[in-house]
Amino acid sequence: MVLYSLTFYLFSSIAVLSALMVISAKNPVHSVLFLILSFVNASGLFVLLGAEFLAMILVVVYVGAVAVLFLFVVMMLDINFVKLREGFLQYLPFGALLGIVLVIELGILFLTDRSSNIYNNQTPLQPIVSEVENTKMIGQILYTEYFYLFQICGIILLVAMIGSITLTLRDKGGVKRQNIDSQNTVDASKAIEKKKVKIGEGI
Amino acid sequence: MITLEHYLFLGAIIFTLGVLGIFLNKKNLIIILMSIELILLSVNINFIAFSAYINDISGQIFAMLTLTVAAAEAAIGLAILVVFFRNLGSIEVNKINQLKG
Repeated sequence: MVLYSLTFYLFSSIAVLSALMVISAKNPVHSVLFLILSFVNASGLFVLLGAEFLAMILVVVYVGAVAVLFLFVVMMLDINFVKLREGFLQYLPFGALLGIVLVIELGILFLTDRSSNIYNNQTPLQPIVSEVENTKMIGQILYTEYFYLFQICGIILLVAMIGSITLTLRDKGGVKRQNIDSQNTVDASKAIEKKKVKIGEGI
Repeated sequence: MITLEHYLFLGAIIFTLGVLGIFLNKKNLIIILMSIELILLSVNINFIAFSAYINDISGQIFAMLTLTVAAAEAAIGLAILVVFFRNLGSIEVNKINQLKG
């Protein structure tokens, strides 16, 4: 139990600190790298909660795909980041005030409702214990009970893929393309022309 | 002893940091997108903490849905950012006024 607590505090403190660095780093490349650190630590917390499959998905999808996509865009675009940071301190007092109010309010929400029946705080949080492992459990429920949700996820990803391709695809002029329709309708009688060439003259 | 509250506090702190990121980096669109990712991560932490708390696997399924939406949002957002940079040569949020809304 002590080890569990220590691990929780280690992972959560690093996650919070790196989240803080994401929004305050001067260089956006550092921001993306801290975002990766934050996600890795969050996936460690998911392992603590017994959600191993989601932890691995988080590492693969976020660190492997989304964060690298961010990194790619940050490095590809030639942006003057110093200019973009102007006004950071201007909004800091207001933002800090808003953040403190939000944290205090959320904290009060968690702390006040101690008397409720369903919200018994004194039980320590344990991973779901079962003889079936986590991935199998998710598979059993995802493809039966939540099948429509699964399909909708696929449609969302398809729409996102088509949307981002159509947004960024540029039609440049002067590019030679294959016209399959005209290739297929070529007639042999029109494609080849016979000519009689006189000797010594040419066409 | 780690209870549900600890995880909820962690989620609240990360959520607040995400909102704060949107406020502080008002000009940089990339940081704003990353802040949205942080907010969705805090949502995921809440989902999975409650899933372990009520001993029900359904929360993890919904966390997966959140993950999908976050990935789609990042892809579309970055595509819009690239198009925007191509057209205007800058990603300042205050310059995004093409729609005159």
